[in-house]
Amino acid sequence: MIDFLNAIVALSNFVIVPAIAYGSQLALGALGVTLIYGILRFSNFAHGDTMASGAMFTIFVTWWMQSAGINLGPLPTALLALPFGILGCMILVLFTDRFVYRFYRAQKAKPVILVIVSMGVMFIMNGLVRFAIGPGEQRFSDGERFIINAREFKELTGLREGLAIKTSQGITVITAVIVVALLFWFLNRTRTGKSMRAYSDNEDLALLSGINPERVVMYTWLLVAALATTAGVLYGLDKSFKPFTYFQLLLPIFASAIVGGLGNPIGAIAGGFVIAFSEITITYAWKKVLIYLMPEQLEPSGLVQLLSTDYKFAVSFVILLIVLLFKPTGLFSGKTV
Amino acid sequence: MTFPIKNVALFAIMAGLLVYTGMTESWNTALGLFNMCLISAIMALGVNLQWGYAGLFNVGVMGFVALGGLAAVLISHAPVTEAWSEGGLGVIVALLTGAATIVLATLIMRRKPHSRTRTLALLAVLVGGFFLFRALFDPSVLAIEKVNPAATGFLGGLGLPILMSWPVGGLLAAAAAWLIGKTALGLRSDYLAIATLGIAEIVIAVLKNEDWLTRGVKNIAGLERPVPYEVDLQNSPAFVERANNFGLDAIEASTLFVKANYSLLFAAVLIILLVMFQLALNSPWGRMLRAIRDNEVAAEAMGKDVTARHLQVFILGSAICGLAGAMMTTLDGQLIPGTYQPLRFTFLVWVMVIVGGSGNNIGAILGGFLIWYLWIQVEPLGHWLMGIVTSGMAEGSALKDHLLQSAAHMRLLTMGLVLLLVLRFSPRGLIPEE
Repeated sequence: MIDFLNAIVALSNFVIVPAIAYGSQLALGALGVTLIYGILRFSNFAHGDTMASGAMFTIFVTWWMQSAGINLGPLPTALLALPFGILGCMILVLFTDRFVYRFYRAQKAKPVILVIVSMGVMFIMNGLVRFAIGPGEQRFSDGERFIINAREFKELTGLREGLAIKTSQGITVITAVIVVALLFWFLNRTRTGKSMRAYSDNEDLALLSGINPERVVMYTWLLVAALATTAGVLYGLDKSFKPFTYFQLLLPIFASAIVGGLGNPIGAIAGGFVIAFSEITITYAWKKVLIYLMPEQLEPSGLVQLLSTDYKFAVSFVILLIVLLFKPTGLFSGKTV
Repeated sequence: MTFPIKNVALFAIMAGLLVYTGMTESWNTALGLFNMCLISAIMALGVNLQWGYAGLFNVGVMGFVALGGLAAVLISHAPVTEAWSEGGLGVIVALLTGAATIVLATLIMRRKPHSRTRTLALLAVLVGGFFLFRALFDPSVLAIEKVNPAATGFLGGLGLPILMSWPVGGLLAAAAAWLIGKTALGLRSDYLAIATLGIAEIVIAVLKNEDWLTRGVKNIAGLERPVPYEVDLQNSPAFVERANNFGLDAIEASTLFVKANYSLLFAAVLIILLVMFQLALNSPWGRMLRAIRDNEVAAEAMGKDVTARHLQVFILGSAICGLAGAMMTTLDGQLIPGTYQPLRFTFLVWVMVIVGGSGNNIGAILGGFLIWYLWIQVEPLGHWLMGIVTSGMAEGSALKDHLLQSAAHMRLLTMGLVLLLVLRFSPRGLIPEE
């Protein structure tokens, strides 16, 4: 029985808790991608760099607050700086929309042209971020590191395995739940949110009933900026901030959005968790858990790691391929353009 | 093929830029630039075939280029006999087992009717096959990597002339492209984009981690060359005498001679490809491609197999990227998996195609030359610009240091700006489709 509990704790510590946190970050990122896809009808390649830009603004404000002695006690100062980061990111994306995307919207350019345009935006944002904050790794988390650390947990329960929950992981999940609840309330209950959904479902009909497309687009970008910045800051708090890793997040984020069904917000969330859980379970070395569950003579000699961690991109890719092969519109049917 | 005055003028300007670099910096730099321009032009040709002629959106160029690089190692590096005897057979058997598992699974999928037994059988085959594969694979890999890890620790290659790796690089890339094309073509265009993005990352991950194949991040240097070595030239009295006749010293003459040899090789490949492309694209096959691109439904109604043509073009274009990748590794003489960056190898090639003119091979070549030139030359330009901007600031101020350090990141910004400006004001590129 104790062995079983130990196994559960080890599993939670190394797989479940990290996967929930990572899944929430991916879900927030995928929500941004899916919103742009639903309303503006293109895959935004600049999304990773939008996240990086938002996180960068937040980091600057955090550093300023830290130097001014403003903090949240046990919570990271970055939470206090987050609204300012979101504001910065909103200004950035609205500026981009006004000077880049709007022209192509007016022309009714094909979606693939917009994707190429977003590639140009990606270059510029990437360049700006590296220019402003440098290509290196930045740390900006402060406050308590753990909600509960492994030693305390062991003392508390008397088990051999410890369970550590990082503050950043707790904050990630709580923030993600709040953000998602707000988003769905906005989309389902407010007038603007309803007009956005109408526009996404049927553009012509929405225009006919007097919905102002530019207004819908503006609100979409504002939502995307908020989601991207939150996702970027949470990821940065949990791991660390480095411009290039944000660019690489593009693949798991797109995989999440597509696996869930592009254009479908619930799908984006589900997809984020599917990708996160598979990535972590497949790259985790299961030996620690199996030792408790297997009878002694059957204990594994190796690490029982299915794939080395460096192949985590391969996991999102394979899941993506499987879904594309068997259910091309995603788990929750998305839209096709 | 016609040459309007504008095109000739554009290429003349490009040549002028290279000559200017030769005169102000050094001819070595200029020739080095020219060589990479040629390789970039070939990559741009490959992407242009996919995008300009078929409208396929491939953002995995980096992966195909890296596969070409892998081919250069596998063909030209001398085999490590000790490693082969330690675990070569084991690895091959393991890989065959893996392949057999996948084939078996596919057969079960295809042949048996949909039922619960089929799903269970499929799972059993895949899971069993995976563990069998790992059981065979892991010990062999360990054995191989133990063989003199500081110098080899991998299987090595076949020890054949490196020129042979160029077509092989193309074949490797073509095989990868077939795999992706089979699954993602025929679905929405965005899916192909994401799938190619994914395969590129996986190829790089394999190159970085499979030490038995590529030595991973320990890199492979000193690949064989298709052209003479500088040292040999400098030791040859005939060459030194000829160099002196031209008024050059032996060291400079030898480096120039080697680079010029590469230029000739690359230029030959580029010209052959260009001629083949032009012939193919002005044939009925090329007209069919353009018809499909412009109106898929109409082409399908005329009985053209759109998905099959797309697959064909996707494989061809990717093979050309693989060829270019093998050429690049040949030029570098080394394979460093860590240097493959998507911004540099995928998105930059896209900028080349868009700026040069999608749907026009001459345009793609011009784009390859121009953008590579800019990519290299923007950095000194950025330093110069930052020097001017910061000249009024106090010595040693934090902002000044920061700005001077950041000048290197100017190139990403410039490329993005160039791409957006061309898309906005000249969406058909410098040399538009005819």
